[in-house]
Amino acid sequence: MRLVRVKAIVAKEFIHIRRDPLSLAMAFLMPVMLLFIFGYAITLDVRDLRTVVHDLDGSYMSRELVRGFSESGYFTVVETTRVESEIERSLESGRAMVAISVPEGFSRDIKRGVTPTLQVVVDGSDSNTASIALGYVSGVTERFSQRLSPVGGRGAGERKSTVDLRTRVWYNPELKSSNFIIPGLIAVIMAVIAALLTSLTIAREWERGTMEQLISTPVKKAELITGKLIPYFVIGLVDVVVSVVIGVWFFAVPLEGSAVLLLALSSVFLFGGLSLGLLISIVAKTQIVASQIAMVSTFLPAFLLSGFMYAVENMPVPIRIGTYLVPARYFVTILKGIFLKGSTLGVLALETALLTAFGAVVFALAIRSFKKKVF
Amino acid sequence: MGEYSVSVEKLRRDFGEFVAVDDVTLSVRPGEIFGFLGPNGAGKSTTIRMLCGLLAPTGGSGTVGGHDIIKEPEEIKKTIGYMSQKFSLYDDLTVAENIDFFSGMYGVTGKKKRERTGWVLEMAGLAARRTTVTGTLPGGFKQRLALGCAILHEPRIIFLDEPTSGVDPVSRRNFWDLIYGMSGAGTTVFVTTHYMDEAEYCNRLALIYRGRIIARGTPGELKGEQMKKAVIEIRADDTVKAMETLDERGIETAVFGNLLHATVDDAGESIPEIEKALRQGGVDLTGIRKIVPSLEDVFVTLIEEA
Repeated sequence: MRLVRVKAIVAKEFIHIRRDPLSLAMAFLMPVMLLFIFGYAITLDVRDLRTVVHDLDGSYMSRELVRGFSESGYFTVVETTRVESEIERSLESGRAMVAISVPEGFSRDIKRGVTPTLQVVVDGSDSNTASIALGYVSGVTERFSQRLSPVGGRGAGERKSTVDLRTRVWYNPELKSSNFIIPGLIAVIMAVIAALLTSLTIAREWERGTMEQLISTPVKKAELITGKLIPYFVIGLVDVVVSVVIGVWFFAVPLEGSAVLLLALSSVFLFGGLSLGLLISIVAKTQIVASQIAMVSTFLPAFLLSGFMYAVENMPVPIRIGTYLVPARYFVTILKGIFLKGSTLGVLALETALLTAFGAVVFALAIRSFKKKVF
Repeated sequence: MGEYSVSVEKLRRDFGEFVAVDDVTLSVRPGEIFGFLGPNGAGKSTTIRMLCGLLAPTGGSGTVGGHDIIKEPEEIKKTIGYMSQKFSLYDDLTVAENIDFFSGMYGVTGKKKRERTGWVLEMAGLAARRTTVTGTLPGGFKQRLALGCAILHEPRIIFLDEPTSGVDPVSRRNFWDLIYGMSGAGTTVFVTTHYMDEAEYCNRLALIYRGRIIARGTPGELKGEQMKKAVIEIRADDTVKAMETLDERGIETAVFGNLLHATVDDAGESIPEIEKALRQGGVDLTGIRKIVPSLEDVFVTLIEEA
């Protein structure tokens, strides 16, 4: 390995990137854009659920109950009706997602000490939102019941269960979805960007005919691959820093752990991701094919199999085994860990080791599959 | 390594069913300008790539600069300079950046690098255009810069694949002056071309056609010993009509400018025959004579016979 050759390749690659607006955009604009687009699009927080109220009681109590719903911030009353068939129409047309139906005699039952019934209908076609909505419904009604039976009151003490369950959520106490989406999203975006960045670089030289001249020189394969990797490594690190800054400042995700560790482990991940892009570029030989392969082979696994969107534990066994081959999986764990739990290297040792192994294997494969021959 | 810079025997390269190069045996002495001629698709580039270690031969053996072409392609790459057929410097880099890059690739550094950079800029006439983006240079400059970048490390053997294609005549002339200079300094030059006038500049030639070498020798040998036929130059007031008339009588001709060349077995017999044919065809003959065949005549004849 001669340093003068590696340096010459690094310098040349930087010039290519600097003079090509498209490369520049892909290197610096694309990750930021993706982060904003997905950061906003993927939100698991459910707020302002459109609600239709069917109040047959029309009493102070029933109005208090409805007020409890709307004040929670999770429900917005868009319609009030006394006609039962209206409920169905509202839900079907999508004007409302939730219907609250207060039966006649609601307040009478409460005054008599009889448990009143309350009917809530939720549009289950979006099951994720529906189950979250149901959780809020029980929360609101729970609070309503507690207000009716003052704490310490004898009657209340008798009716309540003896176990006082107090759940606490750790690491993301507000259960704000952006807190766990953004770190995972950064991992997914970097998986795609890393492979995409390098996927063009070897193929481009074949297409432009410059490769033939290059491989007629005494340059070593390892020198060429290393020289091609370094500039994109620098760009990748800049992208990580920018993404983390946006995550912390813009999406207000707390960074609990060490920024230095985050950068160090991102470097390990980038090494593998960029090497994968190079390997693809070497095998594909044309830019269009290389970029397509890079997209598909990183985006889909990173999105679906990394534990970013769907928990790996819930996947069928064969797919779960497959996720071990997705480097983004480890990076998602690492970023979530450092961001939310303040994880240290000790906790992330396994992920780090596997990412290192992935990088080493793919880098070696890239060098091996590159041939200093025209055919 | 012996006395030859390049020495290969029975070189062969297949692409599937297609035999691109078949049974090519040749040797080039140090300091020689060796011309490798042939029409497009004859196997010139395939051969030169095998010699440069860029393509593995299907069969045969040989050495370049004393290194085995099959076992030591990377050693060969240290010894040679290669300029590929397509312009292959980086269009988006400036002249100086391209030189810097290839200096790096050849491991030319420090004082030597400054010296060689100066030499290339001077040779290519680009001293005042160091910071010009290479893609915007005229063809002749590009080609000389490409040559310069390929020989930054002062290789003993240079391979040039159609170096002058698409370059204006004056630049071509200048280019050949450079090649003469390097050959004079002891560098071996292996050059492919399909320009027959360029073949005249070479010390020795080989003609490749459909993957096989069909003739070899110095330009003089090819025109003399190898050319068993005579060439007759015909000047007529209507060249096309003259050509058609002769064609009807089974005498094949080729157009050279506003002249016709007929390749015949015996000039003494054929000249009266042609005169008679043209007279009967109503073509005014303004001149007819036996000439020394050009290399083009030789190759056209050899290819027709092959």
